[in-house]
Amino acid sequence: MGKITLRNVQKRFGEAVVIPSLDLDIEDGEFVVFVGPSGCGKSTLLRLIAGLEDVSDGQIMIDGRDATEMPPAKRGLAMVFQSYALYPHMTVKKNIAFPLRMAKMEPQEIERRVSNAAKILNLTNYLDRRPGQLSGGQRQRVAIGRAIVREPAAFLFDEPLSNLDAALRVNMRLEITELHQSLETTMIYVTHDQVEAMTMADKIVVLNAGRIEQVGSPLTLYRNPANLFVAGFIGSPKMNLIEGPEAAKHGATTIGIRPEHIDLSRETGAWQGEVGVSEHLGSDTFLHVHVAGMPTLTVRTGGEFGVHHGDRVWLTPQADKIHRFGADGKAL
Amino acid sequence: MATQHSKTAARLMISPAVILLFLWMIVPLSMTLYFSFLRYNLLMPGMESFTGWDNYYYFLTDPAFSAALTNTILLVVGVLVITVVGGVLLALLLDQPFWGQGIVRVLVIAPFFVMPTVSALVWKNMFMNPVNGMFAHIARGLGLQPFDFLSQAPLASIIGIVAWQWLPFATLILLTALQSLDREQMEAAEMDGASALDRFLHITVPHLTRAITVVVLIQTIFLLGVFAEILVTTNGGPGTASTNITYLVYAQSLLNYDVGGGSAGGIVAVVLANIVAIFLMRMIGKNLDA
Amino acid sequence: MSRRTSASRTLIVTLAAWTIAFLIFFPILWTVLMSFKSEGDAIKAPFAMLFSDWTLQSYADVQERSNYARHFMNSVVISLGSTLVALVIAIPAAWAMAFVPGRRTKDVLMWMLSTKMMPAVGVLIPLYLIFRDTGLLDTRIGLVIVLTLINLPIVVWMLYTYFKEIPGEILEAARMDGATLGSEILYILTPMAVPGIASTLLLNVILAWNEAFWTLQLTTSRAAPLTQFIASYSSPEGLFYAKLSAASTMAIAPILILGWFSQKQLVRGLTFGAVK
Ligand SMILES: Nc1ncnc2c1ncn2[C@@H]1O[C@H](COP(=O)(O)OP(=O)(O)OP(=O)(O)O)[C@@H](O)[C@H]1O
Ligand SMILES: [Mg+2]
Repeated sequence: MGKITLRNVQKRFGEAVVIPSLDLDIEDGEFVVFVGPSGCGKSTLLRLIAGLEDVSDGQIMIDGRDATEMPPAKRGLAMVFQSYALYPHMTVKKNIAFPLRMAKMEPQEIERRVSNAAKILNLTNYLDRRPGQLSGGQRQRVAIGRAIVREPAAFLFDEPLSNLDAALRVNMRLEITELHQSLETTMIYVTHDQVEAMTMADKIVVLNAGRIEQVGSPLTLYRNPANLFVAGFIGSPKMNLIEGPEAAKHGATTIGIRPEHIDLSRETGAWQGEVGVSEHLGSDTFLHVHVAGMPTLTVRTGGEFGVHHGDRVWLTPQADKIHRFGADGKAL
Repeated sequence: MATQHSKTAARLMISPAVILLFLWMIVPLSMTLYFSFLRYNLLMPGMESFTGWDNYYYFLTDPAFSAALTNTILLVVGVLVITVVGGVLLALLLDQPFWGQGIVRVLVIAPFFVMPTVSALVWKNMFMNPVNGMFAHIARGLGLQPFDFLSQAPLASIIGIVAWQWLPFATLILLTALQSLDREQMEAAEMDGASALDRFLHITVPHLTRAITVVVLIQTIFLLGVFAEILVTTNGGPGTASTNITYLVYAQSLLNYDVGGGSAGGIVAVVLANIVAIFLMRMIGKNLDA
Repeated sequence: MSRRTSASRTLIVTLAAWTIAFLIFFPILWTVLMSFKSEGDAIKAPFAMLFSDWTLQSYADVQERSNYARHFMNSVVISLGSTLVALVIAIPAAWAMAFVPGRRTKDVLMWMLSTKMMPAVGVLIPLYLIFRDTGLLDTRIGLVIVLTLINLPIVVWMLYTYFKEIPGEILEAARMDGATLGSEILYILTPMAVPGIASTLLLNVILAWNEAFWTLQLTTSRAAPLTQFIASYSSPEGLFYAKLSAASTMAIAPILILGWFSQKQLVRGLTFGAVK
């Protein structure tokens, strides 16, 4: 079981208010991802849930019990840190067994669970090594192993993949997703990687300056961003945001259109512009187009669309994909 | 990392050390303060009486005090100058590539590990003795009159002995600091056209300043308390020629059994040390922040 | 810089460095050599002494005259004992300062350091009287207590700088794994900090071994460590150079060897981490 509820949770460090007041429900078995810009309080929120920091006010419930005052050890949660935080003086086996040893479990049971975890994580051949003798990916797996042997109510991950190279990150992303599907345990995952958030999450929580901007499934956030912040934050490259007369035409203060929802033509269209930088990624090309009276617009097009700096092109936003925002930044 | 639990735990964990050190500071110090206002001689127990500032008056007006104060300053400053200048030169030398660096390092650092009573006695007898010491042998070999270091120049001799003990310390720290100097920074300066002298003045010297500060601070702490070297070589003499404050207070209280006078001297020493300390703490505080 | 160094320059530097190192080390070397000579030979002119016969007589004499072994044991017990007690008090304190720093942590550290600056003579009399009245004078326990307190600030400082290098996340991981504070310090922090704790131990044993104010003031015979034992040679009695040399050699040899092992950490320890 792993249902976590935050009620009016607040966190201050001295004078600085990091989390003004926050309510959040996390259902049992859910994969929840916290995203937000650097310094917005993601790690702080995770550490509040873990019990590594005290809340300044409010309540944290785990499986219906009030956990606000509980020390971390009592909360039944496991955490995987960005730096892995492995015990460097212990072998892989001892690392994974440590939480069980602390729980005073029978040696046979410890043995059984450790070898089981090692099998799941492909660590069987490395059990007698020390963390220093492992690659980044293997270390990450040991950290995960140490978390799963306890059979916790929920897993907390704080940017676990950010120290890995790109290829390994893709691999580990899949492994963690698979792990979630087979264990069916609640996972809370902090990242600022778009792709991780979109591909792994059942539910994304977008944070900004300690406040929740929106909670929803990846596609909900993509299709219906609740406000300008979410609109600008989710999606890569960023959504184009246009103010002024063009927005007024749609009865909004600001309109947003994603680069992939703009049609491009050499002959005709709604807006005429001049191509600035074009980024060729092979599969896609991103053009930065200067249109009079608008900020530079990013447009996605096929990999083979041959244009050059200074070419004139026509842009047409897909009418049903235009997001409209009011003066308060909220979606209309 | 800061929950109420861990903060409470931290306070608990730190308190034995803090309480012990606090007691160690405050209990004997207040006793000394109390004694310093008493007429109190160990040879006449039970005769203690309150005398106000008399002890301070006698201690401060005693010519031995001004002599001891001068000697203390000369000793500290003399040793600091010798060790810092010698240490910088030696560190610059040892920072060059040469054969047998490891062994040379080991030889140079050795005097620091010699206990003060040993080094003082070795220098006093085997080297400075006017009859059998090595210097006397050498002087005679050159047809000169042997020099009686410890009676002719007692303070200078003690400064020499103490400097021998602390030169390795200064050298080692300055050498370590030199070796941590960023080579790339040097190379960048060279690319920018800085001459060897420029590089020394504008990169090496500022880099060493911090290490020199630290050397001065730490040596001062220890040099203010030099005692054993004086005890086993000159006993502070002849007269008060090599008596420093530490030795004077010791002599007053445990050789003359004058607890009151010795205590007053102790308090004076504490006050003086605090003046130095405030100055030094400023210095190291700034340096440790950096 | 190495690219331009010519062989002749290296040769000059080598000669200079070795000469200076030899001169600095010479008093120690000479003492050791003299300890293997007879008393009669020891006072001869340097060359005559060097080429006279070798003997172990002085070592036997020292042992017979003043029971070297007992003083040696006193030194071992006092220096090791005071360092271990200081470690037990300092490890929790350094843990707190390194991992749960508060607004006043820095002040506490500086204050601890400032207690080192209090001159010993300021508290000599009360301590002497307290020791006399409680029967601690000339006991090992008494000296262990005093040297523990003297070295405590340095031990705390050194451990603090070593602990600061251990990532707090690892301790938090242990806490998440269900470790109590005791297990966290015992199973995670201490083993991880072994190198730092070892060099702290080493340096403080050296400092305590060579401490020559309190050991001279508070002991006379029974608990007298080697500092006091050597000081007893300060009043000459007949021919004694060879015996003094032998006693000195024995007093400094163990610590010289320990010291050579610890020279790297020494810098860091003695400068409170300000120079590494
Ligand atoms: N112990 C602390 N004391 C004071 N302020 C803190 C402390 N820990 C975090 N903060 C502040 O709280 C804010 C949120 O920090 P937090 O680490 O939660 O951000 P984050 O969202 O995890 O950022 P990142 O993506 O860079 O990891 C920051 O402004 C930070 O400076
Ligand atoms: Mg973070």
